Amino acid sequence: MDTVSSSARPQADRAPGLRLLATLLGVAALAVVPFVAPTMQLLVNLALAKGLAVMGVTVLLRAGQVSFGHALYFAVAAYGGAFLMTAMPGADLLLVLVVGVAGATVSGLLVGLFVVRYRGIFFGMLNLAFSMIFWSILEKFYHVTGGADGIRLPRPTVLGMELGRADFELILFYLSIALMLGLGWFTIRWFASPVGQLFQTIKTNETRLEYLGVSPRRALLSGYLLSAVLCGAGGVIMGVAQGVVTPEYAWWIRSGEMVFIAVLGGSGSVQGAFIGALIYEFVRTYASAFAGDVWQMLLGGFLLVIILFAPRGVIGIVEALGRRGTRSEDAK
Amino acid sequence: MNLTIFVLALFDGIAYAALVFIVALGLTLIFGVMRILNVAHGSLYAIGAYATVSLTGAFLSMGFAPVFAFPLMLVSAILVGVLLGGPIEWLLLRRIYDKPEVLQLLVTFAVFMILEDVQRLVWGSQPYFQAAALQSLGNVTLFGVTYTVYQLILLPAVALALLLGLRFFLRRTVIGKLILATTEDREAAQSIGIDADKVFLLTFIVGAALAGLGGALASPTTSILPGMGADMIVLSFAVVATAGLGQIEGAALTALLIGLGRSFAVYVWPETAVLVPYLIMVLVLLVRPEGLFGSPAARKI
Amino acid sequence: MSTPLLETRNLEIRFGGVIAANDVSLTIESGRNLAIIGPNGAGKTTFLNICTGWLKPTRGQVLFEGKDITPLPPRKIVRRGVARAFQIPQLFTEHTALENLLIAVAAREGLRNPLQDLHRIPERDEVMHLLEMVNCADVAERPVVELSEGQRKLIDIAVALALKPRLLLMDEPTSGVASSQKHRIMEILVGALAQAQVTSVFVEHDMGIVEKYADEVAVWNAGNVQLRGTPREVLEHPDVIRDVIGEVV
Repeated sequence: MDTVSSSARPQADRAPGLRLLATLLGVAALAVVPFVAPTMQLLVNLALAKGLAVMGVTVLLRAGQVSFGHALYFAVAAYGGAFLMTAMPGADLLLVLVVGVAGATVSGLLVGLFVVRYRGIFFGMLNLAFSMIFWSILEKFYHVTGGADGIRLPRPTVLGMELGRADFELILFYLSIALMLGLGWFTIRWFASPVGQLFQTIKTNETRLEYLGVSPRRALLSGYLLSAVLCGAGGVIMGVAQGVVTPEYAWWIRSGEMVFIAVLGGSGSVQGAFIGALIYEFVRTYASAFAGDVWQMLLGGFLLVIILFAPRGVIGIVEALGRRGTRSEDAK
Repeated sequence: MNLTIFVLALFDGIAYAALVFIVALGLTLIFGVMRILNVAHGSLYAIGAYATVSLTGAFLSMGFAPVFAFPLMLVSAILVGVLLGGPIEWLLLRRIYDKPEVLQLLVTFAVFMILEDVQRLVWGSQPYFQAAALQSLGNVTLFGVTYTVYQLILLPAVALALLLGLRFFLRRTVIGKLILATTEDREAAQSIGIDADKVFLLTFIVGAALAGLGGALASPTTSILPGMGADMIVLSFAVVATAGLGQIEGAALTALLIGLGRSFAVYVWPETAVLVPYLIMVLVLLVRPEGLFGSPAARKI
Repeated sequence: MSTPLLETRNLEIRFGGVIAANDVSLTIESGRNLAIIGPNGAGKTTFLNICTGWLKPTRGQVLFEGKDITPLPPRKIVRRGVARAFQIPQLFTEHTALENLLIAVAAREGLRNPLQDLHRIPERDEVMHLLEMVNCADVAERPVVELSEGQRKLIDIAVALALKPRLLLMDEPTSGVASSQKHRIMEILVGALAQAQVTSVFVEHDMGIVEKYADEVAVWNAGNVQLRGTPREVLEHPDVIRDVIGEVV
């Protein structure tokens, strides 16, 4: 299945320095939100959580595959964290993160072992099916999972200390930024690494990959596991930030949302995942505040515009503008 | 499980399967011909239901007999097909046929999102209920179990009629054969003079109308709520994927399989009822990734 | 007598009613480059595909260095030292020529460090040398989709060589290459193969190439080897002239 343009490398980087600068500025802007725009802190935190998950989808897009069920890992990790807090009240925030991500990894391995045999629509649909099975379990097995109401995720401790709400949210916010930077950096490096590059050849020539002595299934699985880890990290953060986890975390629309954001931001791009998530959250929040029942329509319309006129997403638009800028510079 | 429960589950399954099949039929037709998985299908289903309820309510309040609900269902279906399906294909889908599959899917996902809000704007969030059509047909008692004629007889009959009708249409009529030819090989069809654009437009309108019809037929059996489209679309996917994308007859069988599986689960282990369709889908796809009746092209390595 | 590098025993494969490989028993000795010639549809590519595990024969065996490789999938056969270059070059179309080779080396070495940059692996020099050898060093940084047919052919062969195989199976290695370059490239290729101790089996239609660069020639017809011998023996055989070479112009 051919997929969106998510090249193995970015377009000719005329000004890699500029890119780095833009990234740094962006991160700096995020970092000062709690002080400059405290009312937006939660929104940005949620966006970062989504961005992490979208990064997971992005990884698979690089291999030309789309999963319509990655909310599975989002939910597994979130519920894993919630179960931990229930079993061990006062558990540490980092422990919650680790346990959640571990859960996502294990389930990623179990499902991945099956799913990597398939490609294209079948890959997408099988993932969807697994996530819907999990959703059904979450929704119906009330006594274990809390059913449609979900499970509360009380505030974890931080380094042994029980923090007040404002302090905790601040810590969580910076943890989210740290995860964005750390996992984002790792993912970018992974894409450029031998393993990551072999993974990306699945998109263009699996035959040749096989003839290099590599198992395409194994190659796809490596990326799949990474994507499960990333989605899981996002799920834990979201669960902790919201204080409650619900079956909706595994709902197919959430998976679709992740793909949506990946394309919106710029499929195949780590930065695009976060930019897309921020745009999405902003539009969602402010549109539903001012325009009530039309935020879905607005976002849907926005997506259509992007797909029809700027299929490389927001990042693609920015890059195109950047290229035009450097071209006119050259012309002078 | 005694006989009564068994028969009840059986009837539930058949009625449910009939509804799901009608929606899945449109979905699989669209995919078979146009190779697009239409996420907005769920919204078209919901709008068909809402429209029927509104029209029926209006007609009843004007003093017409409930029997008019039936032609109104057809009217709703046609409205959905022509007024929604037509523009969607013509304005949007037409532009994306050459684009990667993911983007095509996201376009229909975007349309779904838009239509979900349209529903809310037009009809609000409160539940609607209009069971006149269901009640007008009365009940029937079979094997000691009393069931509505509407659900036990009409729905399966309509489903069967649509299945056979579509089969006949595709294989025996000229337009149907044109559709099949375009499905086989779009370029070859165009080179012998078939207007593939019109074929696609017609197919999508028919598919959308089927979704609307499904919703229309479902409307007397349940209360109409926001989100019913989302529920139905993912269930239809399960039916279509399990059968094999594009397999029309297969979809009837898998609809029945899934419908019965679910209805029996309701009586045996209720918590699993919702997951049964997806479990069936997983089990089938793991063994036969192309679906029960699909042609093997799915597995790459 | 030492174990032959590649041996097939009574290979048979059918596609429907067509017998594409008909009781093929063949040995290939290490160090002897074998050219496979024959009319179209004779089963030459099918033979290569069976040897590399892409097709499974209905009967018979393939042995590499004395070990049965018949049931193995291509990737395991590649790991044992067999590499393949294709009639239509099989490259990674979103990567550059250099990257294609680097990826091949990464596969060969099983490089696992997720933080290592592919472009900075120590084998980069080796890869540049390979590129020079196939005359493509100047297009190293170009995406392979931008290269000419002939260049893509050569990169395809280079990718196979990057795996350091002991046996290289090539399908029309010089088709698509500019005719002025054919002999030169072949010269370099054969020299490099000899130096790296790689034996090659190549399907070829250009009899000039066959005559000059093959140590042995096998003539394929209707799914089996009709004739085998040195280039001179084979190319002067009247049957071959009639069926394969055609009328002398």
